[in-house]
Amino acid sequence: MFGHFDYAEILNNLPYLMKVGMTFTLTLTALVVVGGVIFGTLLAMMRLSSIKPLSIAATSYINLMRSVPLVLVIFWFYFLVPYIGAWITGADQPVKVGAFLSSVITFTMFEAAYYAEIMRAGIQSVARGQVWAGYALGLNYWQTMGKIVLPQAFRNMVPILLTQTIVMFQDTSLVYVLSITDFLGAASKVAERDGRLVEMYLFVAVVYFVMCIAGSYAVRRLQRRIAIIR
Amino acid sequence: MHYHWNWSIFWDLTPEGTGTYLHTLLVGLLWTIATGLAAWIIALVLGSILGVLRTVPRRWVAAIGNVYVEIFRNIPLLVQMFLWYFVIPELLPRGMGDWIKQMRPPWASFVPAVLCLGFFTAARVAEQVRAGIQALPSGQRMAGTALGLTLPQTYRYVLLPVVFRIILPPLTSEFLNILKNSSVALTIGVVELTAAARAMQEFSFQVFEAFTAATLIYIAMNICVVFAMRWVEHRVAVPGFIGPAVASGGH
Repeated sequence: MFGHFDYAEILNNLPYLMKVGMTFTLTLTALVVVGGVIFGTLLAMMRLSSIKPLSIAATSYINLMRSVPLVLVIFWFYFLVPYIGAWITGADQPVKVGAFLSSVITFTMFEAAYYAEIMRAGIQSVARGQVWAGYALGLNYWQTMGKIVLPQAFRNMVPILLTQTIVMFQDTSLVYVLSITDFLGAASKVAERDGRLVEMYLFVAVVYFVMCIAGSYAVRRLQRRIAIIR
Repeated sequence: MHYHWNWSIFWDLTPEGTGTYLHTLLVGLLWTIATGLAAWIIALVLGSILGVLRTVPRRWVAAIGNVYVEIFRNIPLLVQMFLWYFVIPELLPRGMGDWIKQMRPPWASFVPAVLCLGFFTAARVAEQVRAGIQALPSGQRMAGTALGLTLPQTYRYVLLPVVFRIILPPLTSEFLNILKNSSVALTIGVVELTAAARAMQEFSFQVFEAFTAATLIYIAMNICVVFAMRWVEHRVAVPGFIGPAVASGGH
């Protein structure tokens, strides 16, 4: 069964897999966390807003993103972004957007919907009296949100945001459908070149597994450390 | 911008000569539903067993369930898909592996896709079932034991009938997830809805019409499932025990 397992194949390609593939995956994950949480928080604030059009727009966006598969969203943005680019810059032709930028935009837009729901729960977990206290002190909406509500909401939601980030880290492997060389893409290119599918895909599975297990273990420890005792 | 909209494209014939583009999409929808339902049966059965195992008062039995869940939750679905499609036939005894590889076209990718989605979602169902069982007051389990029921009987007649009612809403969203996740099967050649839209886009060059149609179909599918499950929830609710009034909890 494992008699023909070629460990050298993995060792020889390790530098390529890590330097090209894993770097892409990790950079994409890092950028999307930042972008997704910021955009997601704005969406959550819009969704909870008392201004009806804003709340309807945010709710429809979130529901739309959550009811279609990520693969379809990846295809959507891959074709849509060049047109949006042309619309923004006023060019006649669709703008050429690189694979990396395209995936950053896609995942940010998609994950924002998921982060938004987490942040909404976080904002709603802050006692109403806190908001009233803010207004009573004469703070405006942005000051109340920025200085009182959001810091507490973030603190409450950090474990869930990080868990969602681990899920997203796994989901980035789907850029494979655009033939992008992320970690899985790199492994699959090597696998097909050398005819070593078994070694490569098992190796990829083990690496993802170890990273995600370590990540969720760290999240659990963090959760115990930062939990607010009420 | 020069994008030529052409909404009548759906009634044009495909170059493959199998019918209109609309027909292609609807066949894709059928494959999405078939993959989702078949995988859901595996997920529900296996997930329930694993979820129960994780709450059994035997350390090593619970450990089996926990290890399963950790493995299947921490490897990306796409990688699992490749493992089922490319790797497992190689690791099986030669005769069996060859038999799998020689299955006829739709089945050679449909079967691994169903197994993959089923085993992947089973981990998530197991998590819901475990949470449901642990959410019950411990008096329920004790009452079962006090009545002289064996452990399997306590689960069968006391705990599980209530648990499955409690976890219907999260199970609904897992079912929606399995329908969405079936789109990952396009990487191993299942022509489900997303793949059908992609094929339509490649043949007709009408990118946005194809993807809009697929998006609308996914939304419609979601709405149907949500309404159907709401009806089921209503039907199986135990009066005065579990219901919207309790779920929304006043104080």
